[in-house]
Amino acid sequence: MTQTPSPTDESQLAVQLSEVWKTFPGVVANAGVELNVRPRTIHALLGENGAGKSTLMNILAGVYRPDRGELKLHGRAHQFRNPADALSAGIGMVHQEFRLIPSFSVAENVVLGSAPSVIKTRQIEARVAAMADKFGLRVDPAQPLWQLSMGERQKVEILKVLWRDAQVLILDEPTTVLTPDEVHELGEILRRMADDGRCIIFISHKLHEVSGICDEATVLRLGKTVASSLDMATTDSTELARLMVGASPTTPDRPAAATPGVALLELKELSARGDRGIDAFSDVSFQINSGEIVGIAGVAGNGQRELADVIAGLRPSTRGSLIMNDADMTTASPRQRFLSGLCYIPEDRLGVGLAPRLSITDNAILRVYRQQRRGPFIVAEKALSYCKGIIERFGVRSGDVDGPIAALSGGNLQRLLVGRELDSQPSVVVAAQPTRGLDVQGVKAIQDLLLERRNAGAAVLMISEDLDELLTLTDRLLVMEGGNIRGEFDPRTASRQEVGLAMLADTTAISQP
Amino acid sequence: MNEASLIGLLVATVSFGALLYLAALGELLAEKAGVLNLGVEGMMAIGAVTAFIAGVELENPWAALVVAMISGAALASVHGFFTVALGAEQVVSGLSLTILGIGLAAYLGKDYVGLPPGAKLEPVQWGGLSDLPWVGPIFFNQAPLVYLALVMGVAVSLVLSNTRLGLALRAAGESASSTDSAGHSVLGLRLSAVAAGGALAGASGAYLTLSLTPQWAEGLTAGRGWIAVALVIFGAWRPGRVAWGALLFGGTLALKTRLQTFGVDFSPIILSMLPYLLTLAILLAISVRSRKRPSPSPTALGLAYRREER
Repeated sequence: MTQTPSPTDESQLAVQLSEVWKTFPGVVANAGVELNVRPRTIHALLGENGAGKSTLMNILAGVYRPDRGELKLHGRAHQFRNPADALSAGIGMVHQEFRLIPSFSVAENVVLGSAPSVIKTRQIEARVAAMADKFGLRVDPAQPLWQLSMGERQKVEILKVLWRDAQVLILDEPTTVLTPDEVHELGEILRRMADDGRCIIFISHKLHEVSGICDEATVLRLGKTVASSLDMATTDSTELARLMVGASPTTPDRPAAATPGVALLELKELSARGDRGIDAFSDVSFQINSGEIVGIAGVAGNGQRELADVIAGLRPSTRGSLIMNDADMTTASPRQRFLSGLCYIPEDRLGVGLAPRLSITDNAILRVYRQQRRGPFIVAEKALSYCKGIIERFGVRSGDVDGPIAALSGGNLQRLLVGRELDSQPSVVVAAQPTRGLDVQGVKAIQDLLLERRNAGAAVLMISEDLDELLTLTDRLLVMEGGNIRGEFDPRTASRQEVGLAMLADTTAISQP
Repeated sequence: MNEASLIGLLVATVSFGALLYLAALGELLAEKAGVLNLGVEGMMAIGAVTAFIAGVELENPWAALVVAMISGAALASVHGFFTVALGAEQVVSGLSLTILGIGLAAYLGKDYVGLPPGAKLEPVQWGGLSDLPWVGPIFFNQAPLVYLALVMGVAVSLVLSNTRLGLALRAAGESASSTDSAGHSVLGLRLSAVAAGGALAGASGAYLTLSLTPQWAEGLTAGRGWIAVALVIFGAWRPGRVAWGALLFGGTLALKTRLQTFGVDFSPIILSMLPYLLTLAILLAISVRSRKRPSPSPTALGLAYRREER
């Protein structure tokens, strides 16, 4: 064994991916990615959302097949047709969404992939317990899974891959569901596995966690490798953040400054739980004044979606209060909030915002159908003329207004949705990812509509993952991470990098002036 | 009510219970794998008619039973093909299967209505045991399918809880994607569970025309397939509990025809609603309880699975 194996020495590498390309319809997820992982190490795979990390790992785990590229394990070329191939080559993946069965016991979940044909419960449980002990994964094999915390469930996922004797473990954003203590514990468990001769690929975008746990890091941006096998001991997090976020591409024109008026929306120490029953965000306080767009930046899954839902009244808050137009709306119904001037442009357009199989007309009047009726009946002509009004004013290019709305293109869907919401002249606008997935024209149209509302005196909350958009469009920028507001920036003066660092929860960035 | 008629009631309770249990076990298998099959009534009808026809033509009751089971499995596989392979809506497909099965059975059996049976499965004699008072006639003088139901109940229970196959099958009914990523074929598991369920429903139908009735007439199944569907819920998807439920529901079926002979003034129509009322009560209990713990119903029940693509 040489002391310092160079990355080009193929037989020394546990995993070597080179020139990997993968395209999905309309998206190039991986464009010639490189990844080299040495055995007995914990290797961080860093990058923003959409950088191509998960795609790359799904290729390594046999879920996706690459369009092009080479995969070598210990110098030997492999081609996986399915996850089973990857598993038998010793590659196991712990997905971000756990693939566990709540009604099964821990042991049943662990052995599901390769159980003996006759199962003796006691014996299986003993074997699982022995394996768990070896790596310090404390779980009770007999316990039904639904009783376990998220952290414990993750241990079960890890046990599953170990049970199948994986030598390469891929963990996709493993810390998102963990408490800080559990993150620390996970680090120790992973170290034990690395010392046992395995290697671990740790996908993350949280720099401070990565630097505590990992030996080396590879950084992806926009589907390409921007840095390969950096030594974590000698690389500082500012450098990593710069690599991940990249330099600001353009200096776009920013809209005229706003003249903020009175507070229209005010959150006071608001908290709420996510779908998993743990806090999605806690003690969030801010206010938005009339004539102001406030942006919320953050990596997806840090509580932004839940925050938007709570303001819209679609999710109950657990603590704190929500004040809109001087009225307490903490427990008000979505309709009450709408009547008092709130509009909501949800992230999930076709699921929450629109009813996919209903016609364009029906979708257009969903908010205001009470105005289009005579007695208990909807008046078709009124509804139609209202719908046509929206189509005209907001430039929706629609074919048949009686056809299902799902037939519209993404840009036109969003114009109709935004048009419907803004048509009532709302005083408070909550827009979640309003321009995501739209083409340049669509983005511009939606941004202009939001600015127009702001100039008309509305308070606008804009949640986006597109940092450039937020920096150009908003008057104030908040950064949300781990369910908390991590900082407030003035988008006129803030640099992409310092906002990026706050998004990635690098504590050193927040203390900076 | 005298001793003889009480024994008669209990004998009928056990035989009706076994009839329901066979069909319910089949439904339980399919549902455990995640496929709701509302076609039990249709599969029973097909099992009943094919068993009767095969009995007349082949004059061998065991061959007739096998024919019925194969027919039931074949009809169930139609449902399997549409719902599992093509991802069609399970409720719609299952209801269609009931209508198809009943119609097909009427068509196939039109020349056999009222004919004497060509073959019968006679009650099994257990020597001295069969002569015991009470216990003898109730448990040791029943048709072979009663014992088959018992054996199948134990077998299904053991397979589900103590084998790799059972683990994978239950997993397919809980989370198809987990099962898939664990390397099991969701398609294969579900198709075989549905087919095996159909075979059991076919056997249950054969029990009607080979032992219980034994004749063929349209509408012979008389809604018992639906009771079997309800029974699976009533038994909380557990073979053991379903067995007790089958005896209870079998008892209501047996009591229905005997109420008048017992001189009880109680509407048999209300009695035939009882299984469904009890099932509603159980559903209520499940939903109240499942605020704290997961419902006993298979999580992926009714959900088609297509391997996700981005």
